[in-house]
Amino acid sequence: MASFGRFVRLAFGALALLLLVMAAPAPLGAQQVNPTASSVNERQLLQELDRIQGRVSIPDQRSSVLVQPQGREWREFRNVALRWIGGIAIIGMLAVIVIFYLTRGMVRLESGRSGRTIVRFNGFERFVHWMTATCFIILAISGLNITFGRPLLLPLIGFQAFSEWSQWAKYAHNYLSFPFTIGVVLIFLMWIGGNIPNKVDLEWAKRGGGLFGHDHPPANRFNGGQKAIYWIVVIGGGLVAATGYVLMFPFYVTAIEGMQMAQIVHSIVGVLFVAAMIAHIYIGTIGMEGAFEAMGSGEVDVNWAREHHSLWLEQQTAQSGSSPSQSGHAAAPAE
Amino acid sequence: MARMKFLCDADRCIECNACVTACKNEHEVPWGINRRRVVTINDGKPGERSVSMACMHCTDAPCAAVCPVNCFYTTADAVVLHSKDLCIGCGYCFYACPFGAPQYPKVGNFGSRGKMDKCTYCAGGPEADGSKEEYEKYGANRLAEGKLPLCAEMCSTKSLLAGDGEIIAQIYKERVTRRGYGSGAWGWKTAYRESIES
Repeated sequence: MASFGRFVRLAFGALALLLLVMAAPAPLGAQQVNPTASSVNERQLLQELDRIQGRVSIPDQRSSVLVQPQGREWREFRNVALRWIGGIAIIGMLAVIVIFYLTRGMVRLESGRSGRTIVRFNGFERFVHWMTATCFIILAISGLNITFGRPLLLPLIGFQAFSEWSQWAKYAHNYLSFPFTIGVVLIFLMWIGGNIPNKVDLEWAKRGGGLFGHDHPPANRFNGGQKAIYWIVVIGGGLVAATGYVLMFPFYVTAIEGMQMAQIVHSIVGVLFVAAMIAHIYIGTIGMEGAFEAMGSGEVDVNWAREHHSLWLEQQTAQSGSSPSQSGHAAAPAE
Repeated sequence: MARMKFLCDADRCIECNACVTACKNEHEVPWGINRRRVVTINDGKPGERSVSMACMHCTDAPCAAVCPVNCFYTTADAVVLHSKDLCIGCGYCFYACPFGAPQYPKVGNFGSRGKMDKCTYCAGGPEADGSKEEYEKYGANRLAEGKLPLCAEMCSTKSLLAGDGEIIAQIYKERVTRRGYGSGAWGWKTAYRESIES
């Protein structure tokens, strides 16, 4: 009995094996297909979307982007275009100012000092101005360091020192962005009233702002040039702040292409901002006699106000009823 | 000296993620950072392919070009490494990298970027080979021990190849010839400006 059972099992086994051997070539023969015929192709994917994205099973979903070669264009911008734009804007502005200073010199108070002053900016206005200005200077230096530090400063002070300095500069750049942004918002609110462009500015601009010769075009509290600076600060400051926060908080707002764009806007606006502020600093200090006092003590000489902001002075005198004297006499000429 | 490269044969990758795990374990990579990852394209559709990707150690590496503090260097084996002592965590290499390799631990103010971390091709960093400092900052230095990157060494299907570019390209070409198909060396055109025609 046992041997018969073994025979049956053997027979079944042999039959099964025979079937398997016979059946196997058939599906193999039918499967003469290229398994990559429908497979994804890198070149084609890159042509379609300029980047390749898939699915990952690790928690970090941002890593699902496989290849995105557009970083190459960003690299070209950062290493070539930005250095040219920044270099031309900043060195160009410095050159213009030096030439202007050597030919025109300081814009003098033509009628001399009257000895009487008028309040131009109150304590709060000056506080906001200097808070924003201090932040801006540190932000500008630490920002320029990121673009120009490697070719200019690194060879001078060496890797270790340059990294140490850049690390602190980065912290300063990150932290001071907050008071700077608050300053820009306050400047916007505080001075918007006097900074809406009007016909007076057109006339002021036509006469070159009185920069050349001895012309003194009439101006309100803020002349055309100051209004330009105001809008550069408000719009430029708004742009650098917005794009800066995009870079500071990666992936909160945009993915990598968005950050590349943000960096491009941030850096271009940044270098132009620096160039504009060099002009602003010049005209507010050595460029014009009596101008610094406006943001220094907050009080300017009446003659300065008459020469540079005639309409504003008229308005102020009309408001206060009499001449805006502090301690001097109304009729005392300064001559 | 060799010109080290990675090559992922996407027709062999079975998305087991063992390379990812091996890398994390070998280098004790910090939480939240993956030096290597497996991306599946067209997942669940006909023709889907999985590709294991990490830093490709590019020719003329974009990260090194844009770094504001010049903290990158290329070894004699053409491996792109960086110094964490010099890195300031600005994020620029990350904007420039085509493969999303640089990553930053979220430390410091506003959970912003700490010192950048990326695949070292199992070649450590600027510290002395095999030193404790090197291990703590960059992970194991297998190359100094004469071994290849662990991700490729232990790939179960030998999909991920690491080694001299010419040799692994030759292996891949032979495979393509023998089996009659191949979806190409993913990322090579972008990283090395060359591709293996199949």
